[in-house]
This record gives sequence, structure tokens and C-alpha cells, in this order.
Amino acid sequence: MTVRVEKVDLPGIGTRHDVLTESGRRVGVVSHRNGSRELAVFDIDDPDASRESVALTDDEAAALADVLGASMMLSHIMGIGEHLTGLFTEQLKLPAASPYVGGVLGDTKARTRTSTSIVAIVRDKEVIPSPTPATPLHSGDTIVAVGTRKGLDALAEILTHGSARRTD
Amino acid sequence: MNESTLLLVEVGALLLALGLLSRLASRIGISPIPLYLVAGLAFGHGGAIPLSASEGFFEIGGEIGVILLLVMLGLEYTATELVDSLGRSRAAGIFDVALNALPGAAFALLLGWGPIAAVALAGITWVSSSGVIAKVLRDLGRLGNRETPTILSVLVIEDLAMAFYLPILSTLLVGASLFAGALSLTIAVLVVVCILYLALRHGKLISRLFAAHHNESLLLGVLGLTLLIAGFAQQVNVSAAVGAFLVGIALSGQVAHSAERLLSPLRDLFAAMFFVFFGLSTDPAAIVPVLVPAAILAVVTISTKVLTGYLAARRAGIGVPGRWRAGFVLTARGEFSIVIAGLAVSAGIEPQLAPLATAYVLMTVVAGPVLARLPEANWFRAAVKRRGDARRAAEALSSAN
Repeated sequence: MTVRVEKVDLPGIGTRHDVLTESGRRVGVVSHRNGSRELAVFDIDDPDASRESVALTDDEAAALADVLGASMMLSHIMGIGEHLTGLFTEQLKLPAASPYVGGVLGDTKARTRTSTSIVAIVRDKEVIPSPTPATPLHSGDTIVAVGTRKGLDALAEILTHGSARRTD
Repeated sequence: MNESTLLLVEVGALLLALGLLSRLASRIGISPIPLYLVAGLAFGHGGAIPLSASEGFFEIGGEIGVILLLVMLGLEYTATELVDSLGRSRAAGIFDVALNALPGAAFALLLGWGPIAAVALAGITWVSSSGVIAKVLRDLGRLGNRETPTILSVLVIEDLAMAFYLPILSTLLVGASLFAGALSLTIAVLVVVCILYLALRHGKLISRLFAAHHNESLLLGVLGLTLLIAGFAQQVNVSAAVGAFLVGIALSGQVAHSAERLLSPLRDLFAAMFFVFFGLSTDPAAIVPVLVPAAILAVVTISTKVLTGYLAARRAGIGVPGRWRAGFVLTARGEFSIVIAGLAVSAGIEPQLAPLATAYVLMTVVAGPVLARLPEANWFRAAVKRRGDARRAAEALSSAN
């Protein structure tokens, strides 16, 4: 489940982020300092060489990121925040037994009760970014939430049992 | 024609010719540096059409060109990148100096040149051309490759090492005593460490002098500061180039980014003048007798550079094909070698050094990008494919057991 994103500095040019896939292939994104970026697909025979490198404009990169789903990107951005602010991002599965199955997101009152923010819902490989309180919840939804460790733990409790056990 | 009219005509004609040469270079996919050098040879002393009025102009322009080359190099790197590269690839930097500087020094001694010329030639064979290599990596689409950070680290370390090497060379060249030499080296070390510290800890401090969004004031301000510091550095024998490099390092953030954009056309202009001036001051007739030694030196130091890249990439855990790619791409020498030769020539040591350096750089700067393409050749790819197939077969076998 966990994917390692490797960040490498390219002095004078920018940075490269790599993902090594489960099948052993490597895909990288070279971000130039001037803002342009390239997608690199590594060679199967020579895993050190990018066999194809595709220059992407801002719009193309954004479109590709949308297609691939926002959740991966979010956890990456939050990875930067974790060291600084104690903010975490977590993907919570909505269990079939949850009292909120069939309701809407607003029912959970997650923001008021736990101070966490639900930034996306992933349903059948489809991403609903920035869900509103009126967004319906289905059994098996993956809820992407950002918050403190304590807040996220409380949210997990609420989604499962409908109320948070008092932790203090 | 009076003097100033002649100056305009000569400078204009030469720049026009350089423009056409640069276009030709990009058309056939090589660096324009060798063409600029050849143009300089053609118009210089003993060349086809010697220039009369504009040599002084090109001399000043060339000096500014070196300073701009270096300040741009400094702007390209952040202080953090320098320190990180130094930490990560220190061993590669040591292979690099041992494998490439020592053959140059030994060669100079074999030719019966003095120890000072040996130090200069060591520098000439040591430093790869960051400009040429970065462009080759870009053109071949190798920026994403896993060996690329290693290659860039080697280049960064070489460039940083210049901040210590050039002061040593300039002190030796003025024939200073051992004490004066040690003094200027100490100054250089202190200044470099101070600038790196300032840039790392208080990066915004120096950049705050300038307004990133006011083009005119930024251009004049950064250029002024660079020339001023370069002048002071020259005065204390730390070499103007190093002063300029440090100014580039000290600037950071948006100011560095904008300054890079504003100064790059100036760099293109004055750097071209620098290469031409170096060619101008070399007599083409003097090149012929040094062609064979230059070729031997080029073959030896190209092989040692390939070995350097190979070893550096191996240390970084790169596979065999990537090691060869790293080796071949590093072979081009260029602007720095000419900067070093220029310093040595202006101090008047060893008359054969300038023609040898010209021939050497012409050979390596043309051969480098060609060698860098070797791993793109079909037989190389076929060999890589065979290796990949063999590896997968072995894996399949071991997982079957």
C-alpha cells in the first residue's frame, strides 16, 4: 500500500521525484527550477535510464494529475507539512456498519467535532475532490482527511461508531 | 577610416560572424565554443585577417565575459546544493582531481615546463565544462536518469574547487613568495566559507539589496556588485572569477532567478568575446607543433574522465550502462580550461601553453558531446537489452526454484 516517493536534487536544474512501482518499473517527474517539468519513464532493461521523457506544460501536468487522482498528490503535499505543523493526512475506509452509510457528509459534523478537514472522497477509483456537506456517503468510501493525530483518531472512531470515545 | 569608425566596423563584423557561427553550431548540434575559438584564431596575430583597432575592446570584453560566466554559474547553484553535493559526492570529487589533474601536471613536467605551468595544465585537464555537459544532458533527454545527479555533483564540486584552485594559481602566477601564497589561499578559504555560511543561514540578507521585480535596477545593481567584488578579489590575488562566483552563490531566491534571466544575454555576448579574445591572442602557426601532444593529452584525459564518471556512478549504486553514460558525458572540457589558460597566458608563462590549451579544448569540446552519444548507439542498447534479458531470466529461474 505504501509507495515510496524518492526526491533527488539536480543541482543547477531542479529536482526529480521518482516512484518505483510494484512491478519494478520506475517513473519520475523532473521539475525544473524555471517551472517546467518532464515526465520520465525508465527503461526496463536499464532501470537507471529514462527511456522516454515527455515535457509537460502546466495545464497538461494538471490534467494528468487529475486523471491519476488527487489523493496521491495530497498525501505528498501533506508530507511536507508533517514535519512543520504536526498535520497528517489519512485515508479512512467508511465501514459498512457505519451509522453514516446512506447519509451525507454533513451528518458527521467532522469539522466541528474533530477539527479535521475532509479534502476528498475516493469511490470506485473515482475521486471527489473538496466534498461539500451535501455529498452522500456510501459504504466502502475512502475518506481523505487532514488534521492533527488526535483529530484523525477521533474521526476514525466517529466514522465507525458514530461517536468519539472520550480520550482525555 | 579613423580609429573609432574602424572599431565599429571590426566589432560589428566579428559579432555578425559569431552570430552566424552560433547558428551553424546549433544547426549541427555542437557547442559554439570551438567555433568562437577558431574565429578568434582566424582574426588574431598571424591569422587570416588580423584585427587592428578592436583588440583592446575584445580584451576588456573578454575579462567581463569570464566574470559573467562565473557569476551565472554561481546563480545556477544554491548554497545548499553546493554543500549537499560536497557531502554526498566527496569521494567522486577526489577521484576526479586525482585521475584528471595529475595527468595534466605530469604531462607538463614531461614536456619540460616549469612547476607553475604544471599547476595550470593540471587545472585545464581537470575541469569538465558544466555548460556543455548540462546542455548535452538536456539534449539527450537524460535529466531524468538516475546517474544524472551524480554527474551534476561532480560538476558542482569541480566548480566549487575552482574557488580554491584559482587563488592558488593566481598567486603562483604573480610569482609571490610562499608566505604571500599561503596568505591569499587563507583569504580565499575564509571568504568562501563566510559566503557559504551567509548564503545558507542568512540567504535573504544580500538579496535584500536588490528589488527582484525592477529589471533595470536589478541588472545594473547585480552587474555592478559582481564587477566590484571581482575587482577587489583580483586586488588581493583571489582571482576576479572567484569573486564573481561567490556573488552568484550569495544571491538567492527570486533575486537570483531574475538576475539569471537578465544577465544571460550579457553572458552570451561577453563570453563569446572572451573565447574570441583567447583565440585572437593565440598564433595559429603555434598550434601546429603542439597538435600531437594535445591529441595525446586529450586521449589520456578523456579516458581518465570516463573512468571518473564510471567510478562515481558505481559508488552511487548505478548499474553498468549508467556508469558508462556518466563517464562518457563528463569528457568535454571547455570554458574553465580556457579561463585557466587565459590566466596563465596573461602572466606570460610557457608560450606553448596557450596553443596547447586551445588545441586541447577544441578536441575535447568537440569529442565530448559525440562520446556522450555513444551509449545511445544500437550496439550499446543491444548489449543493455541482453543484460536485462539475462537478469530477468535469472530472476525467473531463482523464483521458480
